Amino acid sequence: MPGQVQSIARAAAILRLLAGGSGRLGLLEIARALDLPKGTAHGIVRTLHDVGFVEQDKTSGKYQLGAALLHLGTSYLDVNELRSRSINWADPLAARSGEAVRIGTLLDSKVLVVHHVFRPDDTLQTLDVGALLPPHATALGKVLLAYNARGGLGDLVPYTRRTLASPRVLTRALAAIREAGWGSDIEEMTVGVAGIAAPIRGYGGLVVGAIGISGPVERVCDAHGQPRITLVTHVREAARAVSRDLGGRGQ
Amino acid sequence: MNGRYVISIDQGTTSTRCIVFDHRGQLVSVDQREHAQHFPRPGWVEHDAMEIWRNVEKVVPRALTRAGIDASQIAAIGIANQRETTVVWDRRTGVPVAPAIVWQDTRTDALVEELARAPGAEEVQRRCGLPLTTYFTGPKLRWLLDNTPGLRKRAERGDVLFGTMESWLIWKLTGEHLTDVTNASRTMLMDLSSLSWHPDSLDFFGIPPAVLPEIRSSAGVFGTLRTVLPGVRLAAALGDQQAALFGQTCFTAGEAKCTYGTGSFLLLNTGTGPVRSQHGLLTTVGYRIEGEPAVYALEGSIAITGSLVQWFRDGLGIISTAPEIETLARTVDDNGGCYIVPAFSGLFAPHWRSEARGVIVGLTSYITKGHLARAVLEATGWQTREVVDAMNADSGLMLRTLKVDGGMTSDNLLMQFLADVLDVPVVRPMVAETVSLGAAYAAGLAVGYWPDLEGLRRNWHRAAQWLPNVDPQWRKTEYDNWQRAVERTFDWIQPH
Ligand SMILES: Nc1ncnc2c1ncn2[C@@H]1O[C@H](COP(=O)(O)OP(=O)(O)O)[C@@H](O)[C@H]1O
Ligand SMILES: [Mg+2]
Repeated sequence: MPGQVQSIARAAAILRLLAGGSGRLGLLEIARALDLPKGTAHGIVRTLHDVGFVEQDKTSGKYQLGAALLHLGTSYLDVNELRSRSINWADPLAARSGEAVRIGTLLDSKVLVVHHVFRPDDTLQTLDVGALLPPHATALGKVLLAYNARGGLGDLVPYTRRTLASPRVLTRALAAIREAGWGSDIEEMTVGVAGIAAPIRGYGGLVVGAIGISGPVERVCDAHGQPRITLVTHVREAARAVSRDLGGRGQ
Repeated sequence: MNGRYVISIDQGTTSTRCIVFDHRGQLVSVDQREHAQHFPRPGWVEHDAMEIWRNVEKVVPRALTRAGIDASQIAAIGIANQRETTVVWDRRTGVPVAPAIVWQDTRTDALVEELARAPGAEEVQRRCGLPLTTYFTGPKLRWLLDNTPGLRKRAERGDVLFGTMESWLIWKLTGEHLTDVTNASRTMLMDLSSLSWHPDSLDFFGIPPAVLPEIRSSAGVFGTLRTVLPGVRLAAALGDQQAALFGQTCFTAGEAKCTYGTGSFLLLNTGTGPVRSQHGLLTTVGYRIEGEPAVYALEGSIAITGSLVQWFRDGLGIISTAPEIETLARTVDDNGGCYIVPAFSGLFAPHWRSEARGVIVGLTSYITKGHLARAVLEATGWQTREVVDAMNADSGLMLRTLKVDGGMTSDNLLMQFLADVLDVPVVRPMVAETVSLGAAYAAGLAVGYWPDLEGLRRNWHRAAQWLPNVDPQWRKTEYDNWQRAVERTFDWIQPH
């Protein structure tokens, strides 16, 4: 059995301390109560502050429990917040790749499209924010499944000849996505259409969504039928930029 | 210059950001810092110009670091700024003599009433294209001269300098005391046709000419940076709303955009001659490219849109981030009969009622916070409808699509509502940070990084579009309710 991680135990103690009484506590009071050096206490409190578990009063500088703790049971990142925070990075991805961009999150074993940027060719396109996509047949969905701890795979409907409709094959594909840090679908939902996606990470590496492009297979894939490496790079860079803004390390 | 990027500084009401753009006009990196809003008395809003300057010193190098580039790769830098906000500083020490008075500040209301009765008031307003209100710079500068001990003397001796935010930053960056035509057009001191300070207007407000910056074109070299990025050319300055017009590539008469931030501002390019409004819009300078005639615009200014969401978050604490307003609004299907008219500092266009104050009407026990959230977003939609109606009436043209940008455009519910109440398609371009993009475009154009306006136009692409999808009868009934709600804000503040 691995040993205790000291800083996590101390973080838990600080949360209990803040939850214990009414009123806020200063750094010195926290350090004293737990018999910690001030610097150590500060490091832990800062981290708890960054993830939203504690809040600091602007005028007194004292700490209290944060709103994020109270909402632990609900979704970690509001989908409208996710759109707002990623809009500046989704646009350049569409411009650089020349393809439509979508951002998705998992909702009841479907992919909910939370943001959509048109393909930058000014043709008539319809906004499909709010649409639900099958996770197993889309790049966005497979990336979300790959990092989904509650591992249901959904209903494996075969949309095309290339859909990964068997749990064994899909599970292997998800492992490959975790290995590579990105995923693709090549005509797995619609014949002639391919997509590339990468995970968006929040604090501590938690995957909060996926961002990806999709377009005609001959544009998205190279002569060998593999996703073009330049497009993969663009998608991963965009995912990293959004993650960085959300406080995640963005692998 | 072998520069490969253009950068812009967007010195906004709530924050200062620096953005690096590539040759296709796409965002490469961004850094942003908020500054403090000071509310020392009811109706007063102040900024610390030194804090803003320090933020500029921080965000510019950080944006470059994030992009992985250095100063030698920068072709030019452009500035877009919050407009009308007034700074006066000591020419020798470079220290501001008082806090900056922000555009939303209403401390000059008594002064403005007094000025409105003074001889020549009509002529001054006609000459500058603006109504006498607390919003513009002239009264704010006059207030500083009257209320800062010894300042008028120092001003007359030429010991202090006046500027709006771009002048302050240009002076800090290059040592030159300059402004551009768009910012000068918001002071009430400039003649709209000659584009120069007018002696009679200066007399009217009691402004010593020695404090004034020189008026330049918006796109043209202002100078070379002595600090922050030494050697880089500062090649554009525009008011933020005019920058957004430029960034949306509204280069032809008849093209319009609306920017949704703290407030919202609809600007219509009216070509090379000023058009006078009969319906409560402002006449303003859109932009001027060096060596070319100025391009004018009609403007519908709405004081409170995003800041109503901000108030819902900070003042009421009902939501914890601005985008949650949409989540909350989607918990209900309609406004439940409730309307919020945010006349927090009076109403701007098209009403210009400084004595109006905000109301929430239609309250019943049926109303939940979801309905209120909807009413918050709908207020932005209906206020836009009012300025679009005024614009259509003034120009004799019917707006056929609305180009939008700014922080609130990430709100899908709001964008759909806009299309529904305006009954035209609403279109968002591929770069939502259009204010910054416009400043970058103007700077890049001035140094030849981009060859011409046509090239910039080709960079514009549609990122999203919302189409009207409601029953006309619904639209009519709801607009009627809104207008009745607006009437209930009038005459709240009693005359002095
Ligand atoms: N999703 C959203 N829904 C509604 N309002 C929003 C949303 N996101 C941001 N805002 C509002 O937009 C404003 C910020 O936009 P921005 O363009 O940065 O403004 P400014 O340049 O005036 O500071 C804030 O007032 C905020 O409340
Ligand atoms: Mg702005």
